[in-house]
Amino acid sequence: MSENLIVPTMAEMMAQGKQPEILFWVGSAGSFDDRAKKITRAFVKILNKANVNFAVLGTEESCTGDVAKRAGNEFLFQMQAFMNIELLNAYEVKKIVTCDPHSFNCLKNEYPSLGGNYEVLHHTQFIQQLLKEGRIDFNKDTYKGSRVTFHDPCYLGRANSEYQAPREILSQTNADVVEMKRSKSSALCCGAGGAQMFKEPEKGNMDINVLRTQDALETNPNIIATGCPYCNTMMTDGVKFAHKENEIKVLDIAEIIANAQNL
Amino acid sequence: MNFLDNIFFALLLAIGIGYFTINVKKLIRNIKLGQDVDRSDNSSERWKNMAMIALGQSKMVKRPIAGFLHIIVYVGFVIINIEVIEIIIDGLFGTHRVLSFMGVFYDILIGSFEVLAFLVLVAVVVFWIRRNVTKLARFTSSDLNGQPKNDANYILYFEMVLMTLFLVMNAADFHLQNLGISHYNSVGSFPISQFIAPIFNGMSEGSVVIIERAAWWLHIAGILVFLNYLYFSKHLHILLAFPNTYFADLNAKGKLNNLESVTNEVKLMMDPNADPFAAPANPDAVPAKFGASDVQDLNWVQLLNAYSCTECGRCTSSCPANQTGKKLSPRKIMMDTRDRLEEVGRNIDLNKGVFVEDGKSLLNDYITPEELWACTTCNACVEECPINISPLSIIIEMRRYLVMEQSAAPMELNNMMSNIENNGAPWPYNQMDRLNWVNE
Repeated sequence: MSENLIVPTMAEMMAQGKQPEILFWVGSAGSFDDRAKKITRAFVKILNKANVNFAVLGTEESCTGDVAKRAGNEFLFQMQAFMNIELLNAYEVKKIVTCDPHSFNCLKNEYPSLGGNYEVLHHTQFIQQLLKEGRIDFNKDTYKGSRVTFHDPCYLGRANSEYQAPREILSQTNADVVEMKRSKSSALCCGAGGAQMFKEPEKGNMDINVLRTQDALETNPNIIATGCPYCNTMMTDGVKFAHKENEIKVLDIAEIIANAQNL
Repeated sequence: MNFLDNIFFALLLAIGIGYFTINVKKLIRNIKLGQDVDRSDNSSERWKNMAMIALGQSKMVKRPIAGFLHIIVYVGFVIINIEVIEIIIDGLFGTHRVLSFMGVFYDILIGSFEVLAFLVLVAVVVFWIRRNVTKLARFTSSDLNGQPKNDANYILYFEMVLMTLFLVMNAADFHLQNLGISHYNSVGSFPISQFIAPIFNGMSEGSVVIIERAAWWLHIAGILVFLNYLYFSKHLHILLAFPNTYFADLNAKGKLNNLESVTNEVKLMMDPNADPFAAPANPDAVPAKFGASDVQDLNWVQLLNAYSCTECGRCTSSCPANQTGKKLSPRKIMMDTRDRLEEVGRNIDLNKGVFVEDGKSLLNDYITPEELWACTTCNACVEECPINISPLSIIIEMRRYLVMEQSAAPMELNNMMSNIENNGAPWPYNQMDRLNWVNE
């Protein structure tokens, strides 16, 4: 992994007196989690390929506070939110794209009443736009004959009613897209939301990601497609739990498209 | 003699409606124990939601069998109320089938009541079988042990009896009409009860009249008893589903409210010019509590939610934590909230209008932290609820109390939160490393 990515920061842009088309909000998982970093890189490849004029906050970015808020720590959430909003407003950010549905939901729905008003898109929505506008292209045969099933992230789907964007992207891959028995508004959570990612689950008879992976395995897929770094980790663990990691890949929509661009 | 009947009827009606009114007042008072929240915006969208979801049952039919049967019972209930109007007029003025002057329209009306009454009977029997014979998981889980389970069955028995009385009343009437007895003019059409009527063949006229009158009285008395049972039952939803859908949260499901009291504190903390020794401008502005440990800390819409809950368990059956054997049941959250609110209400009644501290609270005595921490905030329960109740909003309020008032988060979450405070990420990495992914 040594291809050169072009990743300008807002600070660099500002120094040059430029304003990017979009801010790419990387998020904490996308910055630090080893699996999620690959998703981040895949998305940047797509942005580079499409010549999207974007920037990141880089070391100036901080946690949105989403996970603190859901854990019940409204103080910490608002501290984070105010800091981020101050920064975003100082850079006059108008449009934000992120690969993390939790950041997406938080920036889109919870920042406005604290003074942060932006147009916020999930990366699947943005990729869908790029495809529609013909700004990106990919090899449609890469996934021909593969079975792909999409796991809806709670914070993109139920929380914000976006079910179509990821499906429309997948439908253009020529893969055989199959739905799980529970999908869209009735999709089962991967088990990581609401701060569960950072703690052991409460006592029960099964882990949620194992149950959700069973849903996916019932469709007999080659690829489980995700749109959230947490879902990705949970489904990857679920596939390992079922000893299927050699047959089934868990890939983010961004990775699916970037791979087909032979980048 | 007739005169006595009318007085007795008026008395019965007054008692029935009077007691109901007293309980409705109590209900409103209890709901108002909650914190204020503004739901006066977007009235057109709110009316639309109410029309679609409460009146139009749009979310009920997502589970088609239960949805279809529910619609029958619901339509039956709504339409048969027109019959109740006639019964009340007849009862007060000693008339018989006073609306029959409508002629053919009356025939259609009575005919459709009969068909619906029959369908309701069928639906209620199927409901009874689902609960007691095939034992659907969501109707047999431990949330419902005791009164809730009995409550559900009482309602079904009640409806069976009321529908049977209605059909017997009509059958007897039909029989007497055919005999040409005075007072029983040939009116109405009886597509169902005409098949019951033959059981009266060979009975004396007087006996059939007594049966007709008995069924009539028991029917209306039953309706009044049922009306008053509502307050003590999950069946309250037939009334509260309407305001509940009207006042439901209209925001995207993912949006949690931002606590304004916290905003003020945080702004003060972050303002370099703030004088930390200055007295707060308005000392009353700081709430007694962050988050909720008891029902009075919840807002009135959440309390209305609790009273509106039908205990159908669709939330719990879709909850990922519940499906994997964790203690959390969103239905139980709602039932606990209502039980505690009722307890607080009784306390207020006993103590001449003021709540006297009883050493109990919704948190711990009803809902345990273990349940609260099992929630993934996935919104499946909110999505599933046929009348837009949000158990999630209560869970979050109670987590807020645990974290901000008691610092009682699970240890791993405390670590996560201190990482955010120190490094701006839930993991213990340096903020300066945030861009390392570019070169990996």
